[in-house]
Amino acid sequence: MESVTIICRCEDVTEDEVRAAIREGLTSLDEIKRILRCGMGHCQGRTCGRLIARIISQETGVPASEQEWTTFRPPTRPVPMGVLAAPGERDDAHA
Amino acid sequence: MTPMRDTAEVVVIGGGVVGCAVAYNLAKLGLTDVVVVEKGYLACGATGRCGGGIRQQWSTLPNTRMAMASVRLFEGLEEELGYPTEYTQGGYLILAYTEDEVAQYRQNVAMQRGLGLDVRFLTPAQAHDVVPCLNTAGVLAATHCPTDGKGNPFLITRGYALAAERLGAEVNLHTTVTDIEVAGGKVQAVVTDKGRIATRWVVNAAGGHAAAIGVLVGLDVPVKPYRHEILVTEPIEPLFDPLIISFYHGTYIVQEPHGSILMGQGNPDEPSSYNLRSGLPFARSITRKMVWLIPCLKDVKVVRQWAGLYAMTPDAQPILGPVDDLEGYVQAVGFSGHGFMVAPITGQLVAEFIVRGETSLPIDGLSMGRFAGELVHREASVV
Repeated sequence: MESVTIICRCEDVTEDEVRAAIREGLTSLDEIKRILRCGMGHCQGRTCGRLIARIISQETGVPASEQEWTTFRPPTRPVPMGVLAAPGERDDAHA
Repeated sequence: MTPMRDTAEVVVIGGGVVGCAVAYNLAKLGLTDVVVVEKGYLACGATGRCGGGIRQQWSTLPNTRMAMASVRLFEGLEEELGYPTEYTQGGYLILAYTEDEVAQYRQNVAMQRGLGLDVRFLTPAQAHDVVPCLNTAGVLAATHCPTDGKGNPFLITRGYALAAERLGAEVNLHTTVTDIEVAGGKVQAVVTDKGRIATRWVVNAAGGHAAAIGVLVGLDVPVKPYRHEILVTEPIEPLFDPLIISFYHGTYIVQEPHGSILMGQGNPDEPSSYNLRSGLPFARSITRKMVWLIPCLKDVKVVRQWAGLYAMTPDAQPILGPVDDLEGYVQAVGFSGHGFMVAPITGQLVAEFIVRGETSLPIDGLSMGRFAGELVHREASVV
């Protein structure tokens, strides 16, 4: 049985896949996210982001603190479409 | 790392799908001394922010003809590039809610069928057969083209870039163009923050930033950026095949191969800007429209939203080809929200023009000179 470490649980991305991507030239969180999908799932990178930053650091020598983070995109946590669609008193505040 | 080349036959400005497709096609035609310069990373602009739809149903003949040629290239692209594209042909279903739209779509379908496109005019009941979960209230008619589809913009851009590099092209990321040197009416060099590249040709494929590149050679390129927003849900079981457009609502919705459902719209009242922020008004507006259109989506969770730029021209058609009185400068800009879907044919046509001096489809009508006269052929099918 092959030994695999899952780095991104939402999108089933393994450590080996992340390392291979970095060695192929995808050396930032943003680039890895766009090709491997890690950070695009339910948790939006909250679990895998730091792990990937550390792997990038190991592979490229760039410390995690000097890497550019991916943009935090709304919503903060998953929201049912029906909830967003419902009329509410907060509409005006954000219009 | 090896330093960037200081000479090239062609410098392509922009590492989006169009720039990478141009570079690949140049190399494929034997012109391998090509350098791509991209100020961020591949597909970090409009390409990587688009919905990924690939449509042939247009209102103008040049757009339809280009889109049909592009689809023929998409069909063989995965094999050609040796890289996954996630290309599928689930069709496009376009809904009509007004008599004006019905009349326009009848015209569109007649023109499209004249070009040999497999497209059908549907009753609301027939539209419901194509997408059983669709609420057809208010729908007067629809058009459906089963060979329309979708692909993965990130993978396709990277596939083009890797294939171009294998053939000898050089792709430079995190490299910003600061100047274009012109002398005697000819392009001489592209200057970047990483060095100067002497070149015979330069291709402006800068997407939303095309006008800023035009300024460097003294051109007023009529391309303006407008924000369009998208949101995406968690993945669910396959629910519907086609990308669905309502021009009346200014929206589209598509289910990705991955299972997530992606939906987008622009705000016609928002002025041109480089704003890429995401807003709650958009999330509210589009979820209302889509829960009404596909009621079973109400419990599906939104996980992310983002924004991208439509690089609009005055007639919503691209600007393609050379300009008067400036030898060596070629444009592939102003795709007005639809650059991804015509990138394969655009790459081929620009490469043919540079290498052979002639193109397999006419591009004269897409030159910038057309804006000198009165606009007569505005593309109507823009969402």
